Amino acid sequence: MDAAAHAAAHGVFTQTEPAQTRTAEAPAVAIPVAAAQTMVSIDNFTFGPAEITVAPGTTVTWVNNDDIPHTVVATDKSFKSKVLDTEGAFSYTFTSVGEFQYFCSLHPHMTGMVRVKVP
Amino acid sequence: MRNHDDEAPRPDADGIDRRGFLECMTWAGTGVLWSLAGGLPSAVGLGTALAAETPAAKPFTFLQISDSHVGFDKPANPDALSTLREAVARIKTLPVKPAFMIHTGDISHLSKDKEFDDADQIIREAGIPVFYVPGEHDLLDEGQGKAYLDRYGKGSRGAGWYSFDLNGVHYVGLVNVVNLKAGGLGNLGTDQLEWLEKDLAGLSSSTPIVVFAHIPLWTVYPEWGWGTADGAEALGYLKRFGSVTILNGHIHQVMQKVEGNIAFHTARSTAFPQPVPGTAPSPGPMKVPAGDLRKYLGIATVDFVRGTEPLAIIDRPLAG
Repeated sequence: MDAAAHAAAHGVFTQTEPAQTRTAEAPAVAIPVAAAQTMVSIDNFTFGPAEITVAPGTTVTWVNNDDIPHTVVATDKSFKSKVLDTEGAFSYTFTSVGEFQYFCSLHPHMTGMVRVKVP
Repeated sequence: MRNHDDEAPRPDADGIDRRGFLECMTWAGTGVLWSLAGGLPSAVGLGTALAAETPAAKPFTFLQISDSHVGFDKPANPDALSTLREAVARIKTLPVKPAFMIHTGDISHLSKDKEFDDADQIIREAGIPVFYVPGEHDLLDEGQGKAYLDRYGKGSRGAGWYSFDLNGVHYVGLVNVVNLKAGGLGNLGTDQLEWLEKDLAGLSSSTPIVVFAHIPLWTVYPEWGWGTADGAEALGYLKRFGSVTILNGHIHQVMQKVEGNIAFHTARSTAFPQPVPGTAPSPGPMKVPAGDLRKYLGIATVDFVRGTEPLAIIDRPLAG
């Protein structure tokens, strides 16, 4: 299953670059009305916080504050950002319960995890 | 920063001329000049190597340039293109014109066509053939490396690896920046390792080997991802050879060590320096006073001289 198909099955992703916004929405996915937002900051080659726990339907946004580009890639390939230059952002809405490990495909020692569970 | 290479293990008798090496460090920022003598590599200072040691045979020299990061414009170096231009200007003034140049990756910062175009235009001015391997910054296009391969991959296999022979030396360009695994280091992969084993199989053990790749093939600092997960397998195929020189980039600073007959060397960037392992919160660009930047950037040349002396690697900063 490619990333887009996977996203259609489990979530929705959007990516913001400094000058533009891209949205890829899968029509089959129902997004909760009062969707929560959570930020993960990329500083000093580190995802912070490295582990977060969110409720299903939460949109997580990663923002790169480094002077070096990074990516956000799920280990199971369920989501994958384009390259995020400085101040670039990537969002993904988690609709399924589970633990989603991810890393930076440029600097694979950078890892993080999103735990999605019903509160 | 001056003593950053003090951290690296070094040999006393295996041919690395430490004094000379540090001398060249006072002229930081351009590249590495390599010379092979007797099939063994060593690094020597510019003055020591070219003035004090007069080779019996005319040296065969090639040049290493790395981590141009064309497109990078952040505070560590707001104009990576102009420092690349300075590096090429240095190359043109070398006393012995190198036979060719290798670029050990991160030609571009974001794999954009314009970045590759700008880099090509400047590097071409050196007037010598160039052999490339990609860095992870060169594979960021939509096709995940298609742009790089279309431009530089002619005659290569897989993600861009290849080998060639010149002047009795066997050169191997490896790619260790694709399919990186979470939590891991650089990666060669089974296909490439199988190819490497076959590529080396027919060579006599006395053939001098030069291997170049972007991320160091030896483990420099795993906490920052500075190493290659399956590098040891590649080194296993290289062990039987009497002279192996491994040239890498990626870490934007000079480091070297020798293990048996294998000499490792990393070159400076022409764009921006990175910190000595463990001395900063991250391997991000090291901001230095503008007047000092060129001490941290450079090129390297390698001289191959047939005889009893080891191969000489000369690192040349852009400014002293």
